[in-house]
Order: sequence, then C-alpha cells, then structure tokens
Amino acid sequence: MGNDLFFESWGRFPKVSHLGMFAPQCVDKINDLIQSSDSLILPRGLGRSYGDSCLNEDGYLLSTKWLNKFYAFDENTGILKCEAGVTLDEILQTFVPRGWFLPVTPGTKFVTVGGAIANDIHGKNHHTAGTFGNQVIRFELLRSDGTRLLCSRETNPDWFKTTIGGLGLTGVITWAELPLKPIKGPYIEMESIKFNNLNEFFSISRESATDYKYIVSWLDCINSADIRGIFMRGNHSNTTETDASKISHSVSSWKTFPVDAPSFLLSAATVKLFNMLYYHKQIKKHEKKIVHYDPFFYPLDGINHWNRMYGNRGFLQWQGVVPFTEENEAIRTILSEIIKSGLSSFLVVLKEFGSIPPCGMLSFPMPGITLAVDFPNVGGRLFSLFDRLDKVVINSGGRLYPAKDARMAPETFQSSYPDFENFKKYIDPRFSSSFYRRIRGENNG
Amino acid sequence: MANPSSILIFGATSAIAYETSKLFAKDGVSLYLCARDEVDLKRLSDDLKVRGANDVWYSAFNALDDDSAIRAIDNCLKKFPGLDSVLVAHGSLPDQNKCEANADETKKAIHINFTNIAVLLNYIANHFEKQGKGTIAVISSVAGDRGRQSNYVYGSAKGALTVFLSGLRHRLCKSGVKVITIKPGFVDTPMTVDYEKGLLFAKPAAVAKGIYKAMSKGKEVVYLPWFWRWIMLVIRSIPPKIFNKTKL
Repeated sequence: MGNDLFFESWGRFPKVSHLGMFAPQCVDKINDLIQSSDSLILPRGLGRSYGDSCLNEDGYLLSTKWLNKFYAFDENTGILKCEAGVTLDEILQTFVPRGWFLPVTPGTKFVTVGGAIANDIHGKNHHTAGTFGNQVIRFELLRSDGTRLLCSRETNPDWFKTTIGGLGLTGVITWAELPLKPIKGPYIEMESIKFNNLNEFFSISRESATDYKYIVSWLDCINSADIRGIFMRGNHSNTTETDASKISHSVSSWKTFPVDAPSFLLSAATVKLFNMLYYHKQIKKHEKKIVHYDPFFYPLDGINHWNRMYGNRGFLQWQGVVPFTEENEAIRTILSEIIKSGLSSFLVVLKEFGSIPPCGMLSFPMPGITLAVDFPNVGGRLFSLFDRLDKVVINSGGRLYPAKDARMAPETFQSSYPDFENFKKYIDPRFSSSFYRRIRGENNG
Repeated sequence: MANPSSILIFGATSAIAYETSKLFAKDGVSLYLCARDEVDLKRLSDDLKVRGANDVWYSAFNALDDDSAIRAIDNCLKKFPGLDSVLVAHGSLPDQNKCEANADETKKAIHINFTNIAVLLNYIANHFEKQGKGTIAVISSVAGDRGRQSNYVYGSAKGALTVFLSGLRHRLCKSGVKVITIKPGFVDTPMTVDYEKGLLFAKPAAVAKGIYKAMSKGKEVVYLPWFWRWIMLVIRSIPPKIFNKTKL
C-alpha cells in the first residue's frame, strides 16, 4: 500500500483524502485485499476521470496498475484479450506497428481498458461505431463475495449491461476481450474546415457523417456573438510507414507541464488570445493533410500533466448531451449562456452523436449533440453557470457525463438516468465512490 | 555487438525485468523466464508471446534454494542450447531494522541478493565460457556503492555482487563473454511501494530502456538513470568524518 492518501482526479477538484490504495499484482490477490479491510473500495485505472467518479473519500482505491498483461491476440480476427489495467497507449504501441487500431478511443490514450468499459467512453467515431461498450465482446467481473462472472451479450447480460458505464460500482473488471480494427498504417487523412456559425457546423457535420469515420469540432465561443470554429474529419490513410517520408507530420515530443501555472495565465485575455490564435492558425477555409494518429486523436497527451495548466485549484469540465430538435435551440442556449457568463474556456468541443444505442444501463451517449467545455475552478460564478447549463440539458431530455462531472445535483442525475433505481441492485455492497454517494443524495456511507 | 536472440531471465516477474522483456519481445527474441510463482510466469509468458516474443518458456525457482536456480538453467539450456544472454533481476529489499534484530533475516537477505546469484552466475559463466560467447547482465544497485546506516545489509549484498561481477568480467573478457553491471537508483516498483516517491524515482520502463541498450551494446557498468553515477560519485567522496554524521 502506498503512502499517498490524497489521490486526485484529472480535474484536481475535489481534493479528498483516502485510507489508501491497494495495488494487487495479480487477479488472484484482489479478493484477499478486499477482505483485508472493512471500508468501502473503488476500482481505479489511471484516474483520468475529471471529477469524483474515480475518488472514494475515506475509503480505499483498488488500483489496476499491475493488472497490465495481455492474454492473447488472434492475428486473423484482431481479437485481443487483456487484463483490465492495460492502457490504450500500450495497445496502440504494441498493435499499430502490426496494422491494428482501437475500435473506439477517447481524446486521451492514458486510460485503461477497465476504465474505458466502466465509463463506456466514446470517441470521434461515435456516429459509426457507437461506444467502447458497443465493441467489447466479453469481460470478467469479480465481485467482493469472490464470484467471478463471465459477462457478454449472451452470458450474464444483466451484469454486462450494468458494468458497462457502471463506474466501477458493480465489481472489478479483471479482463476483457475486444476487437481491434485493421489499418494500413499509423496515418490519418484529415480535413479541417472553418465554420462561422452553428448552421454551418450542422451542415458540415451532416454531410461528413457518412464518408468520414472520425469527426469532431473545436469551438471558439468566446470571441464573438457568432459561434465560430474548426470542424475536423478524417479517415485512416493507406499511407504506410515506408511512404512516411512524404509526410510532414509532427509527433509531439514528450514534455511535462512542469509546475502549477500561475493564475494570470488563465485570465480571460490570455484565453481569448489563445482561441484567436488557434482559430487563425489555419489560414485557408478548408485544409487537407495527412497526419500521424497521435496528434489527431490525442493532441493534449503530448504534454504530460497538462492539467497543471489550471493551477492548484484545478479545473472543471462540463459535458452534456442534448437530443436533436428542429432548431437545436438547447445547444444554442447553452452556448449563449457560456458566452454571457464571461467565463473563458481553452477547450470547447462539439460533436454529433450517432444513433447506435449504447449497451450500458447508465451509459452517457444518446442521439444528439454533445458539448464539452473546460473552465478553471473560479468558484461560485462557475458553479452557478453550470447549474444553468444543467437545467437546459434536463429540460431538453439530455444528460451529463459522469466521467466529467464533479458537482451535478442528485436530482439532475436521477432524473436523466431513470434506470438508476434498477442499477442500484447490481452495486457491489463493498464498493462505492464519492460520485455515487453524491448523486445518491447522501454524503455518508 | 549483435542483439540477443535468446535470453534467460531470473526474477522475470519483477517490474524492471518485465519492462525489459517487453522490449526484447518486440524484437522477436526468445525468452526463458524464471521467478517464484508459476501462475505469474504463465501470465507473463502469454503476455510476452502476444507482444511478439519468438518463443517463451518458463520454470519456477526459489532464490533461497540454489539447486532450483541450477535446475532452471539446465531446463533453459535444453530448450535453447544456443542461449546467448542472461539477465538476473531478482532480489529483495529487506527491512533493515528486522535484519539488525534477527540473524536469520540478515542471512536471508544476503542469500537472496548475493549468494544465490553468485552460485548461478558461476554456473552459467562456465557454460558461456565453453561456448565462447554470451552476455551476462545483472541488476545490482547504487546501494552497493557505499554502506549507509539505513540499509547496509541490502547495500553490502549488492556491493558484494558488484565486486563479484567485476571479477567475473575480468575472468571472462578473454573468452568473449560480456558482463554488465546495472546499477539502478530508486525505481517506482512494487518493491518500493512503501517509499514516498520523490523526484529521484524513475519509472521501470525508463530503467528497462537503459538495460535494453546496455545489453544490445555490451556496456560494462551502467547507472540508471545516468545521473546516479554523479550522485554516487559525490556520496562516495564524502569524508567518513562528515558522512558518519549524516542520516543517509
């Protein structure tokens, strides 16, 4: 057990103390560790969730750090069986050179397979592939009573449905089986298109959905009344490593954000400047290039600990989804609320989800438009902005993403995830999290 | 110097050995793994096969039973008669206070970290010498460079290992066998789980890269990360009068 009792989430808010962290070196030891304590436990991968879904105040964390072995790989089908602590980074490093890619990946490769299942993560290909859980073939769930359940769509389907997107509350995922997708090489043919308002965004998004495997947009919604931004779309390229000399790609070197940034760096003026520079970095309206998958999928992973940019008070991300409507007024209201608040964000990401329903009982994605925004933790003003945004989401029939949340009210969660009552029956009695206790509406136990 | 084509690894389940094996597996090297726990070895061998190792075998061995190490070497040579490399990565970090109070703890610590390794190294050295080639890489520690009150039992076993290796190198150089002494500083592994991780702690993957490079190039003594060479140079040069007053 380690000495660090203050474990942070990626957003570094809230900061809560723990009794400690268990880090079993093999699956067979998990149970002894669970039985060795009588406090509540939460499985944890790399702790990349932003809020408190990877924290367990006054309890233990069960790290899957050493459960990092591959079990088997079938070169013919691309099916990989591996332990839950294997990271997406490790999978990419091992299999991209052999011509395989992840079926679904979020915007960071520093998450574990177990974490990807427990949060039912989505990626830029949601419109063509659905979520990570939609891809997973089967996995094993270990309960604190020692039961080991093989879960798939056919076997123990209830446990399959509750563990995908189940935030680690149903037990520990020990291993999983997932299909990797064949690729020709590590490159992406990417296009970026500037848009000057939301209507333009929607028309590019619609026109891209069938021909492009990956889509995402970056927004500058601070500078002007009009929402402008850059729409990015791409497909795997047939360019191989050997043709790579033709490509001017930059795989960013590994740098670490050295210290907590001083707060003046986060002033409205610097953020405004950053957004303006980012928008104007691309001169042409429509640009095409071939890039390495790394900067395309993981632009921020190039800087280790970029979360320190926001200083010691941390930052909060807000990510919600609202269903499509004729005018898409909910997303317009949300964006105008953000602009009105005067708070500034470095990172605003907009994407249309596809219609493939996720298989998790508490999975976040649904057909509609999802928006993610980062803000430094400036306290009250920010929290009340988020409360206003929550209201718009709830009234439109949408929901918030637990992996990104640190503060939504219990009613917000419960009304937007109506299966929550049913889900509760599947929670392992020895498992809990700060997030779970918060959205259940109780602070103790 | 050519890259290894087959490697026998003692302490294969340790974090540093595992990270090193991953790098060799990617190159399609054949591996023979030895460690205490059969279940862990099976899991590790599956993993390294997925990562591209040409052929992976394993046997369990116990560092407190020297015969089991010799048996493991014999088993390995049956599978890989042309074995060209050995990496010795096992060891244990004893509780210094317990060692001071208990003779058995001291003996055990010295056996695991030195005596057992000396026995198996002489055995494999005789084989490599006859063969006329081979690479022997052994993980010692910066702790062996100067005895300190806080861990001199571990440190002295590692110090003895370092001296043993320099003697072995001297003996084997004429037969074309390379002996590499690897001296890591603090590494963030299950072995150091109870230690507060300061700036000097390196990741096992970073140390593994250094071992991989050293084994491919046949270096003699490698500090990992590199800065430990200079830290230890300073620590070794502190005059005893001053050193004895420190709490190191």
